[in-house]
Amino acid sequence: MAVAYIILIVVLGVLAIAAGTFFLLFQRPRRGRTLAPPGQPQAPPAASPPGGGEAETATAAGAPAAVIGVERPPPSAGRMVRLRARLARSQTAVGSALLSLLSRDRLDDETWDEIEEVLITADVGVVPARQMADDLRTKVKVLGVRDTAGVRGLLRSELLAQLGEDTDRSLHVAPHGGTPAVVLIVGVNGTGKTTTAGKLARALIGDEHSVLLGAADTWRAAAADQLQTWGDRVGAETVRASRENADPASVAFDAVSEGIERGVDTVLIDTAGRLHTKVGLMDELGKVKRVVERKAPVDEVLLVLDATTGQNGLRQARVFAEVVNVTGIVLTKLDGTAKGGIVIAVQRELGVPVKLVGLGEGPDDLAPFDPGTFVDAILG
Amino acid sequence: MFETLSDRLTQVFSALRGRGRLSAADIDATMREIRIALLEADVALPVVRQFIARVKERASGEEVSAALNPAQQVIKIVNEELIGILGGETRRLRYAKVPPTVIMLAGLQGSGKTTIAAKLALWLREQGNTPMLVAADLQRPNAVQQLEILGERAGVPVFAPSPGNGVGDPVAAARDSVEEARRRQHNMVIIDTAGRLGVDEEMMAQARAIRDATQPDEILFVVDAMIGQDAVTTAQAFLDGVGYDGVVLTKLDGDARGGAALSIVQLTGQPIMFASSGEKLEDFDLFHPDRMASRILDLGDMLTLIEQAEKAFDAEQTATLAGRLVSGEGFTLEDFVEQLAMVRKLGPIGNLLGMLPGAAKNRELLSQVSDRDLDRAEAIVRSMTPEERRNPKIINGSRRARIARGSGVSVGEVSQLVTNFFEGQKQMKALFGGGGIPGMPMVPGMGGGARRVAKSARKKTKKKAPRSGDPRRAADLAREAKGGASAQDRLRAMGGMSALGGGLGGGGLGGDGGLPGLGGADGLPENLADALPGLAFPPSGQGGNVPAAFRGNPKRRKKK
Ligand SMILES: Nc1nc2c(ncn2[C@@H]2O[C@H](COP(=O)(O)OP(=O)(O)OP(=O)(O)O)[C@@H](O)[C@H]2O)c(=O)[nH]1
Ligand SMILES: [Mg+2]
Repeated sequence: MAVAYIILIVVLGVLAIAAGTFFLLFQRPRRGRTLAPPGQPQAPPAASPPGGGEAETATAAGAPAAVIGVERPPPSAGRMVRLRARLARSQTAVGSALLSLLSRDRLDDETWDEIEEVLITADVGVVPARQMADDLRTKVKVLGVRDTAGVRGLLRSELLAQLGEDTDRSLHVAPHGGTPAVVLIVGVNGTGKTTTAGKLARALIGDEHSVLLGAADTWRAAAADQLQTWGDRVGAETVRASRENADPASVAFDAVSEGIERGVDTVLIDTAGRLHTKVGLMDELGKVKRVVERKAPVDEVLLVLDATTGQNGLRQARVFAEVVNVTGIVLTKLDGTAKGGIVIAVQRELGVPVKLVGLGEGPDDLAPFDPGTFVDAILG
Repeated sequence: MFETLSDRLTQVFSALRGRGRLSAADIDATMREIRIALLEADVALPVVRQFIARVKERASGEEVSAALNPAQQVIKIVNEELIGILGGETRRLRYAKVPPTVIMLAGLQGSGKTTIAAKLALWLREQGNTPMLVAADLQRPNAVQQLEILGERAGVPVFAPSPGNGVGDPVAAARDSVEEARRRQHNMVIIDTAGRLGVDEEMMAQARAIRDATQPDEILFVVDAMIGQDAVTTAQAFLDGVGYDGVVLTKLDGDARGGAALSIVQLTGQPIMFASSGEKLEDFDLFHPDRMASRILDLGDMLTLIEQAEKAFDAEQTATLAGRLVSGEGFTLEDFVEQLAMVRKLGPIGNLLGMLPGAAKNRELLSQVSDRDLDRAEAIVRSMTPEERRNPKIINGSRRARIARGSGVSVGEVSQLVTNFFEGQKQMKALFGGGGIPGMPMVPGMGGGARRVAKSARKKTKKKAPRSGDPRRAADLAREAKGGASAQDRLRAMGGMSALGGGLGGGGLGGDGGLPGLGGADGLPENLADALPGLAFPPSGQGGNVPAAFRGNPKRRKKK
């Protein structure tokens, strides 16, 4: 095997000469600072979360922080109550672990490591978790906070800041200039796109909107039927392809045309699940959007992320954002035990806010995203 | 955005080179990096802890190997442990003594059960079985219909007594299906069930009822490879709620690292039996623990590359070249053409680079690199006169114009190639000739701790390490190369090459112990540890026309 060394040097040398700049590819941007072993004190990270100001959020504890879209009436009280109840279900020992950590006499290195781990367990990601723990540590030192409640409050504000507490999370679902609002629903396989389309239609209809569904998933078996079942259930009509394996872009186009003709308020287009790594399918999605835009502007592109998704969620978001310019995240399946912490990284990196959360399979199990409730669920 | 484990370990090990022994501090530093890598691969935290403890114990107790350097030793242990856990208990599907064999699928919503049911049915049918699919997901809208369509595509009949969409009793459907299969002489029954949450007690009770009504020979837990830290909670909830005998991992065609695989196996002790990697019904296979291990660690498929490279390259010729390079002679454009021919034997350049660790992240960019780049380079060099090839310094404006005409490229491209060449030549000289790859650990943005370690390592090396540009070694090498010594011996003589893996930061190429690791190295981890991570993926944030590994630091070299 020894020749391998020489060979590798030579191969790389040859390629470097022939392909020149090619090797730049491998020099990934790094966030090296945050990767230093714990215990090495670091300056607070330079990157401040989009929309998140410095820690003036200390008052946030307890204050309801629901940002409700202007185009959308506030959710019914029942919805929020259920949201809290469902989230409460997912509370594991994490929150109490944190509390017991914080109530230790000394906040030693190990304690901070463990606080970081609490965040990691929520799928926040190693790098953001490290950053937040470091940040928190600095603040605790500077402010001289000693009590558990104080530290918890700081952590809470830290998380809220990451999520961008004052971010605009309104949904653009109102018609404008005589054309309906067009909402495109995208995401990888099985995240809950079709269900979200159904639930959102129901919510909009509840708010006196007229809604038309477009079944642009022409690929998966029975996908259009599934959407139509939802449509029937919530009182929305569904535009679907007349034949199998039709071009999804043309179905979407037809749905929007039909929507304009009928003068509906909102057209919701359900698309096929696709892995962000499949270039062909991502191109297809880009085309769906472009073709629709010939008819009417697309007002919302909602990326549906499954809360159980780990670090891959960020990659998904990156690619979808690039291809169809995602305007909002729908975080589904928060009724399970998963915390969905990956949306923090998504919000931080891409600035795309979570707008809605899915909390079950029923037609009313959709609610506007409330950062405060979400953070409380992570902290337990 | 994330670095690969190989990158990180390269950094860590740059400080460990040449000691030939794993100190407790070395092990701790390494474990920290492995922990981060595993967490970024979505291995669940408690499992990471267990795993690290295990590796650490083994690493500490391990005899210090004469053949392996510390980096190799640790990677070898990590890789072995991963494969060991992932493949611990491989087994085949259990068949019932009296048919039908009943297989029940269970899992979260959206994990891919319906698709898996059809894929498994097709797979079993192709092995001569006569499976029947059972629609027991009566919850999700049109799930029954989806299964019917998929069954048709797979050529497998579907038993769907209830319409679904909330109508019908899944327990009854499942119970009846077994009788139906017996009557219609199907030897296998695959039951698709509704997706459910681990915390949904009511739905778990339903799953238990289906289980009790059908007495499955296998219950398979279907889980999405993209799942994060919740994998352990959910896997445990299903184990407690309904139980299972095996795991199916889906959506492996994405780029999720799939750490959940490790979490679930470690936690439950149940084997991963199948892997699903595509939307087509054929994209379904038995699970391969070794592939999964390198996926989780993101080490890439280096073994393949090395094997192919060894086959394609003329070892003798390469060693002669290396001998020349070590003795301080430069890499010439003649060599370039010769070696280019070998590189091409490795197949399309896209494939070659795709095999490098971390390449998955750059797949899209990689696809833009074509063999045309190589063609062009070759054409340019071939249009040079022998004199120009030997001494490219003489290539002036008018010669450039002539070469450009002769090779059908622009003058700018000729200049670029010449520039690239000088740069590449310089760096190869540095690598072979004694400069090592100084400054490698001093990458921008690296953690302060690592930087300090690297620095102190450098200091030590300065004092202790024999210089590797050592003419004696070069002479040895040249002699042995001529004498047809084994490749390993030749390399051992080169001594300093160990710097590639063990001591990129060391500054000097001379390893204390000659060439640890090359001796008995006969597998992926060794090679990876030694040569590749640092070489292929220079952890540098700076640009340039050559890989950072090739970018020496002339200043520091001069100081020595
Ligand atoms: N518990 C729970 N289940 C959900 C939620 N949203 C969707 N689901 C379920 O997840 C499964 C998949 O949902 P779909 O809406 O079919 O997902 P999709 O993204 O359209 O799937 P494809 O079109 O196949 O890619 C279904 O069983 C849904 O009932 C949620 O918020 N909570
Ligand atoms: Mg769908």
